[in-house]
Amino acid sequence: MYSNRYIFIYASLMVIVVATLLSTAAMLLKPMQEKNEAVAKMQGILAATDIDASADSAIRLYREFITGEMVIDPEGNVLSIYRNGEFERGKQRAFDIDIKRELYAKSMGDDYVMPLYLAQRNGESMYIVPLLGKGLWGPIYGNIAFGPDFNEVSGADFGHDKETPGLGAEINTDDFADQFIGKTIFTRDGEFTSVEVVKGGASSLPPDQRRHGVDAISGGTITSNGVTDMLENCLEGYVPFIEKHIVNKKPV
Amino acid sequence: MRSDKKDKEPLFSAGNRKLITTPLGRENPITVQVLGICSALAVTAKLEPSVVMALSVIFVMGVGNVVVSLLRKTIAPRIRIIVQLVVIATLVILVDEFLKAFAYDVSKQLSVFVGLIITNCIIMGRFEAFAMSHKVWPSFLDGIGNAWGYGWILIVVGFFRELLGSGTLWNYPIMEKLGLYSIGYEDNGMMILPPMALITVGVIIWVQRYRMRDLIEEN
Repeated sequence: MYSNRYIFIYASLMVIVVATLLSTAAMLLKPMQEKNEAVAKMQGILAATDIDASADSAIRLYREFITGEMVIDPEGNVLSIYRNGEFERGKQRAFDIDIKRELYAKSMGDDYVMPLYLAQRNGESMYIVPLLGKGLWGPIYGNIAFGPDFNEVSGADFGHDKETPGLGAEINTDDFADQFIGKTIFTRDGEFTSVEVVKGGASSLPPDQRRHGVDAISGGTITSNGVTDMLENCLEGYVPFIEKHIVNKKPV
Repeated sequence: MRSDKKDKEPLFSAGNRKLITTPLGRENPITVQVLGICSALAVTAKLEPSVVMALSVIFVMGVGNVVVSLLRKTIAPRIRIIVQLVVIATLVILVDEFLKAFAYDVSKQLSVFVGLIITNCIIMGRFEAFAMSHKVWPSFLDGIGNAWGYGWILIVVGFFRELLGSGTLWNYPIMEKLGLYSIGYEDNGMMILPPMALITVGVIIWVQRYRMRDLIEEN
């Protein structure tokens, strides 16, 4: 028979051995995991500008096409600018911002900041906004790129963790994301309206609103609504910045 | 001079070979014992995650059975389930960490399911039924055999679901290359939904019962 003493010592030893083993593995593998996460983030940002980067080329392509990173606040002030590996203003890189935390602060009514990426491709400058929101089963995320007027969408890319394959998961296909190209987030009167994912199709909207709508995914209504909410929630914070710096044509 | 007969048993004796081969068919964990169905449904929408899941389970079960077998004389019966769970959980977390470091794309798809290996009934079942009472080498073979018995079903199901549901294999657009879409063929979207995994497994069970009549239950 095993005594209670034996069982306690056995269990304690087991826990210590296992804890040591796991923390060692986690520590040794962490640099590689963080690099993978950063590369995946770069791939997402590049995908919004329609550059299909592999894991190997992502870092090089990111340096080549993403010309700047900015951090802005909800009043439209530019807190920091990072270009060519140097800070021109401030000391926070947009790339290091955890938008999950910032969006939480936004929902709680606290101070928050927003990242903004600047890209150059084929002589055209683009603004790229990272997105994060809720799907049906878990988080959905993406990046959306705008032309120089910060109004017309020039590219988008979405991803998800566990949406239903064939239904909500379709948001990560090019067919879905490419619908956004050419849509606008401001009405002709300059009112912010975002882009809506419309159940029943964008063609069911009144003609003047079709520029602000794309087709939803059949059978993926909740994920589609999640994309709508994500776009509005993430983009509305940029409106003061756009009105201050883009519409007034003040160079940044 | 004569040592114990058991020690002389060759590594791949008929008895040991059987440990690997019976779980592939006659005692298959999925089709005969109907264990591990949950993950078989979840990961088989595509071929690639099915293969990765199969390999992960083979690793966890092979190593897990060895560890439990090594410890079997020290484990107090009263805490044996806890010890087994700790062994599984440790190995699973290691697999998850390694996937995150070396196969990030796959880990993004599979992370949830890799965690679910912990609750895979086959693993606990083999620890409890075999590794706790057998020597290291047979336990290792038993683990590999059962994991492979689980894995090949996963791979077959994944193969058909991806082929018929998405028209691709390992993300290669095979149906498009064959030119089937141009003559009016369409993918069956239902294949990628979980219930179709159950039906596919059912078809495999049917075929197996047809060929091994003695497996058919009386009632």
